[in-house]
Amino acid sequence: MEYKIKLGEKKAMRNAYGETLVELGRKYPNLVVLDADLSGSTKTGMFAKEYPNRFFNAGIAEQNMMGVAGGLARTGKIVFASTFAMFASGRAWEQIRNTISYAGLNVKIVATHSGITVGEDGATHQMTEDIAIMRAIPNMKVIAPSDYYETKNVIRWCAEYNGPVYVRMPRGNTKTIFSSEEDAKFEFGKARLLKEGNDLTIIATGELVPEAIKASKILKENGINAEVISMPTIKPIDEDAIKNSNDFIVSLEDHNIIGGLGGAISEVIATYGLNKKLLRIGINDEFGISGKAEELLKYYKLDGENVAKRIMKEYTKQ
Amino acid sequence: MAINIKEIEDLKQIAKKIRYDVVKMIGLAESGHPGGSLSSTDIIVALYYKLMNHDPKNPNKKDRDRFVLSKGHCCPALYAVLAELGYFDKDELWKLRKTGALLQGHPNIKIPGIEANTGSLGQGFSVAVGMALGCRIDKLNNNVYVLLGDGECQEGQVWEAAMAAFHYKLDNLIGIVDRNKLQIDGCTEDVMCLGDLREKFKAFGWDVFEIDGHDFKQIVDTIEKAKSMKNGKPKMIVANTIKGKGVSFMENNVGFHGKAPNKEELKIALKELQ
Repeated sequence: MEYKIKLGEKKAMRNAYGETLVELGRKYPNLVVLDADLSGSTKTGMFAKEYPNRFFNAGIAEQNMMGVAGGLARTGKIVFASTFAMFASGRAWEQIRNTISYAGLNVKIVATHSGITVGEDGATHQMTEDIAIMRAIPNMKVIAPSDYYETKNVIRWCAEYNGPVYVRMPRGNTKTIFSSEEDAKFEFGKARLLKEGNDLTIIATGELVPEAIKASKILKENGINAEVISMPTIKPIDEDAIKNSNDFIVSLEDHNIIGGLGGAISEVIATYGLNKKLLRIGINDEFGISGKAEELLKYYKLDGENVAKRIMKEYTKQ
Repeated sequence: MAINIKEIEDLKQIAKKIRYDVVKMIGLAESGHPGGSLSSTDIIVALYYKLMNHDPKNPNKKDRDRFVLSKGHCCPALYAVLAELGYFDKDELWKLRKTGALLQGHPNIKIPGIEANTGSLGQGFSVAVGMALGCRIDKLNNNVYVLLGDGECQEGQVWEAAMAAFHYKLDNLIGIVDRNKLQIDGCTEDVMCLGDLREKFKAFGWDVFEIDGHDFKQIVDTIEKAKSMKNGKPKMIVANTIKGKGVSFMENNVGFHGKAPNKEELKIALKELQ
């Protein structure tokens, strides 16, 4: 069923994370939260204020934080561990793999400040490989919510699910896709159809879903009817959504085009021998630069206008 | 509760039996780490046979003491103890490291009695810190033990964990360093000198003890003392040990860090341990 898209006000997904943690803290007395000196930025500080006895700052020591998270999970806690995506997935990758995921421990790694839109901090802080490296770990689930409201439902799902999950979200305020939490239903492992269209399909994830919607509007003005799908769960990916899509697919992500959403979609296409062409739009295997998030989106041609232009250039009816 | 002479003799006999199993299982596997398994055997035996509150029939009982083998490659000693105590069938020992077997090359929580997936050095220590924290949240009156290798202390994560355990005031956490002074590439002080580990842990705020890691009286008395000190500080015991302890040609021989005895060596070793 088609969803009537109306891009709303700009709201930060990480605020939704912090608010939902506070709510879940009431529901689950065994929920604990860890952070590595970034609780103000990741918004776990909201939980810390409400439940100081269930919040633990690990200091600037992400590897230890993941191990401590694992140990807490082994005593029956629901553990949320947060820091920037770079340090969560990069610095502590092997701790996540060997301590948490190998043992299937109940740890949710909620990483904020993912992608190029970290902005001014530049390449050292712009994590554009995390989907690839987290996706490759057995047992690990990978989710990138697309707006403030969906984030709330993703975090609630994380608390209910028993096992390791990696959630990535951007730093900035992004336009809401949905009008409310009820509207932003999250079904784990399922794509969400946002706009019907029978020429091509744009599959976007995370903060670039609004850009996909903008692109589809420009395309429509130019006589191309694009279907828009949001793919909040990247692992396991919704294979049916890809099988049922139009034969020209565009993947859109704030991540390297290698190994991320585009990589995951191409695996499905190749595995099932689908007769579909895939245009991967993302970061083209390069490091980022400093700048304002919105300017960087344009610089890397990830904004709706540039995405539409690129599609118009490359799209040919299949 | 002090340990008496008979108990010490009993532990010695058990340790000898465990060492026999350790060497045999690694020999049959034709792969594994005899050196550190043998240096840590007495410590693991003392913990499971004398010091820890645990139940092989109920490995997950909530208030159990927990033991994390952070130097996961020395799991043959732990596996042998767990098997001897009935956590799983002893026949599993002879299938160590074989395709499809229960006993993996490094600890895995799928194995009854194993508390954490370890083997990548430094990581088990952090897990133990998290467990001690979790047990304290649950107001359990138990202890978490973690056994580290001395070479393992070259990992930065060890010091992150040491800092955290002090910060969180985990006096239910007792660490033991198996100070056998050898690592794969040679003497720890030549490869990457550890210097005075006691002073290093003291500087991180821990209460530190030093013992002979093959002297059951010292092991038991010191851990009992560490357990009793509820002063808001984690405890570290530097246990001086001999790598390959119990098998003449393996003792202090770096060649047996991660190499199984061949058939001939196995025969000789098992004879020595009979």
